[in-house]
Amino acid sequence: MARTASTGQKIAWTVVAWVIALVIFFPILYTIITSFKTEPEAIAGISLIPSGTFQNYIDVETQRDYFRPFMNSVIISLGSTVLALIVAIPAAWSMAFSPTRRTKDILMWMLSTKMMPAVAVLVPIYLLFRDWGLLDSRIGLTVMLTLINLPIVVWMLYTYFREIPGEILEASRMDGASLWNEIIYVLTPMAVPGIASTLLLNIILAWNEAFWTIRLTTTNAAPLTAFIASFSSPQGLFWAKLSAASTMAIAPILIMGWFSQRQLVRGLTFGAVK
Amino acid sequence: MTLKTLMLGACSLLAIAGTAQAQSTTLTIATVNNGDMIRMQSLTEDFTTKNPDIQLNWVTLEENVLRERVTTDVATKGGQYDVMTIGNYEVPIWAKQGWLLPLDNLGADYDADDLLPSIRSGLQMEGKLYAAPFYGESAMLMYRTDLFEKAGLTMPENPTWEFIADAARKITDRNANLSGICLRGKAGWGENMAFLTALNNSFGGRWFDENWKPQFDQPEWKESLQFYVDLMKDAGPSGASSNGFNENLTLFQQGQCGMWMDATVAASFVADPKNSTVADKVGYAIFPSKEGVDNHGNWLWSWNLAIPAGSTKAEAAQKFIGWATSKGYTELVASKESWAAVPPGTRTSLYDNAEYKKTPFAGPTFKAIQAANITKPTVKPVPYIGGQWVSIPEFQSLGTTVGQLFSAALAGQSSVDDALAQAQQVSTREMTRGGYIK
Amino acid sequence: MATRQTRTLARIMMMPSVLLLLVWMIVPLAMTLWFSFQNYNLLNPANVSWAGLFNYQFFYTDPAFFQSIWNTLLIVGGVLFITIVGGIALALLLDQPMFGQGIVRILVISPFFVMPPVAALIWKNMIMHPGYGVLADLFKVFGATPIDWFAQFPLLSIIIIVAWQWLPFATLILLTSLQSLDGEQKEAAEMDGAGLVARFWHLTLPHMARAITVVILIQTIFLLSVYAEILVTTNGGPGYASTNLPFLIYRTALLGYDVGGASAGGVIAIVLANIVALFVMRAVGKNLDR
Repeated sequence: MARTASTGQKIAWTVVAWVIALVIFFPILYTIITSFKTEPEAIAGISLIPSGTFQNYIDVETQRDYFRPFMNSVIISLGSTVLALIVAIPAAWSMAFSPTRRTKDILMWMLSTKMMPAVAVLVPIYLLFRDWGLLDSRIGLTVMLTLINLPIVVWMLYTYFREIPGEILEASRMDGASLWNEIIYVLTPMAVPGIASTLLLNIILAWNEAFWTIRLTTTNAAPLTAFIASFSSPQGLFWAKLSAASTMAIAPILIMGWFSQRQLVRGLTFGAVK
Repeated sequence: MTLKTLMLGACSLLAIAGTAQAQSTTLTIATVNNGDMIRMQSLTEDFTTKNPDIQLNWVTLEENVLRERVTTDVATKGGQYDVMTIGNYEVPIWAKQGWLLPLDNLGADYDADDLLPSIRSGLQMEGKLYAAPFYGESAMLMYRTDLFEKAGLTMPENPTWEFIADAARKITDRNANLSGICLRGKAGWGENMAFLTALNNSFGGRWFDENWKPQFDQPEWKESLQFYVDLMKDAGPSGASSNGFNENLTLFQQGQCGMWMDATVAASFVADPKNSTVADKVGYAIFPSKEGVDNHGNWLWSWNLAIPAGSTKAEAAQKFIGWATSKGYTELVASKESWAAVPPGTRTSLYDNAEYKKTPFAGPTFKAIQAANITKPTVKPVPYIGGQWVSIPEFQSLGTTVGQLFSAALAGQSSVDDALAQAQQVSTREMTRGGYIK
Repeated sequence: MATRQTRTLARIMMMPSVLLLLVWMIVPLAMTLWFSFQNYNLLNPANVSWAGLFNYQFFYTDPAFFQSIWNTLLIVGGVLFITIVGGIALALLLDQPMFGQGIVRILVISPFFVMPPVAALIWKNMIMHPGYGVLADLFKVFGATPIDWFAQFPLLSIIIIVAWQWLPFATLILLTSLQSLDGEQKEAAEMDGAGLVARFWHLTLPHMARAITVVILIQTIFLLSVYAEILVTTNGGPGYASTNLPFLIYRTALLGYDVGGASAGGVIAIVLANIVALFVMRAVGKNLDR
């Protein structure tokens, strides 16, 4: 490919990409802008320059503690992701390197466990959680989200692992490496990028899970999704305040995504899909 | 050395915190995220200083989520909440199931006789109060006095729907982005069906006859729904079929509506000069009725505090409810904020208060609430109590389905006759399933 | 010897996942099946009895049933179409040399970080509302009548909102796939004088096949259960125009508190999901073997 793209071409691509990116980003940008408006301003029609008030953030913070739900979100999404990885890595590993005739069926079956609509099983699950004393506990929710996202994690890891060339494995076996050495010294380094990107995507999925996290918690374990639910659609104007609350809920994950997007893309590049 | 001291200090602090924790009761309170409840949260210090052994833990949620959460929890005896905020729709259904504790110990100065009779009657069973009203509302008509003047119209004391329709069409000015009337259109039992049920009541119609037979095939529903669809087509705003309370409030505050009929609580928003561009141009009138029908819709809603049966902290919970729904709380809000910020619609004494009467909406709200009677929602006999809702467990689901059908009629995607025929079919189906129709 | 050892070890390594998911599948499924044969309304717990197939019959005869299945499929199909086509285009675009590539990427990916109910609220009121939404204002600037999105195109509006949320996911996966395409291969193709279209069709697209398959499979699972966006925007209306199967189950479960009926709906939804999955596997599954 002509790596020496002319500057003119580069500028043209830049303009096109920025325009499209801004259109896609616009709803979020507008939310952030709105969070600095007063309530009447927020509904007064399109305007990209807010009056710059911080009152909404102050109101949100005084009305509801941000720190605890934030910490819960961090703990639950990280915890469930790590847990899912611990269970899923060996499974994906063995499926990728010692596939049997049934591997694909097992993979499909795993995905099919996600097909049950959450609304339909709310009452049974609620009863189970009640009996096991797991309502409003971080542990219960973490396990729940682990189970929900496990199939996705297995799937993504499986796709990455399959890209690791089998010859390397053969070579290390020739050298007489034991199975564990093979895993730890040969394969793991090659798998890290894939694992990293699975980790990131899964954290995002867990962070945004808004059904079980609201239905199975009250106060102690309630994460940011419940925080948002306390600002959405009250009687009266709420756009600026909801925008502020949303910005607060999106910001951590957005910042994390920002810092890791290079890793994310590189990780996916390495593993995925040749 | 310093580290050791620090750690020792931390340990003793923890120990103190631990003992304090052991003696106190923590109440978990589920509530809706409306302004009055948010205000209550900011004033709880008054309660906790009076009751140092009780701590409050708030769970604030939007209305739909709150209802799901508390209903699931109370029905499965999940025990997650000590105090629940529920509507007057739920109270009779839950009380009948034995899910609520009777409130018999709300404090010596509670004065249950001061509660507005129309509100109180919906919260009682066999003379016992099962939930204490925190705030109450009815529905009324809000209109723009400046536009009425310009069009040469005067609002009569008891407006009829005929007059309203006429006025709305006169005021409408599509070029100036002004709609004569804004009404709810988004599908849902608490959305468009709240308004349409009240409208139908004021047309003399009913949901069910004495044998629980749905009445959508009767002339009253045909007349009221046709009236609504025609009026909104001629004088309603664009996007009406997805508008709810907040969307209409927004339109009205921006000066895009000539009239708006909705919950009385709206008055405190439209009269607020900080957020409303029309604050000084709003008039109020009672919910209209059809010429010759003595019924003003019987819209009545209250948010109430109740204690789930089986609560182990009933005593503390009653103390809290007694505080939050007392006259003293009203005065607390008035002294800390203003009389306009007091939760409305629960006590007679509030409407006798000279200071409160000065707020522009006190009079009209009181009149609207007094006019509502949920034990007799419509002129014809009915087997249910209700107002803009029907107090049967099936109503949430059935009301939403019918609401979907009627919003299609409003959006012009089906005819009024089709919508009514389908509504009749689904409600007959649901009522047969529920065992009402034998 | 080594292979047998490896194979045993492979089985053992798979165990935890398989067992966990087995339990996670069987317990709720068994409970749902059990409840689906019961008359069990949460608001009337004293009156629980054996219902036989009545819940299924009642759910199946719901006037909205067939339309809801059709709508479910339309949402899945529509969103998949937009996200795959849009995702490929965006991936190709983001692969070009440009200034501020990192920032552009994060901007494109960001909708994925917004919680679904919030996304729906923002779109409904701030973007699409015909009275005071941004789109309405734009239309007015050009002298056009604003579209009443949720009345005129309810299902399309929901598809747009959901597609906006899932476009980043597709873009991300497809972009990485694209970047793993050999530079040499591309250069060789260029040398051969293959045109832009031919290169895309014969080189790039086949290369991305597996990534596309993964996107389709994972998204399908999520899209089959979309309902929060509908609840916030249209409540399934007008009529049944935006009622899908999950919304119908929601109405039964959390408005009617009819556990029996909702369970029957759940079982029907699983059957439908499996049919769709089978169909999708037939269509694209062979790409996984490559």
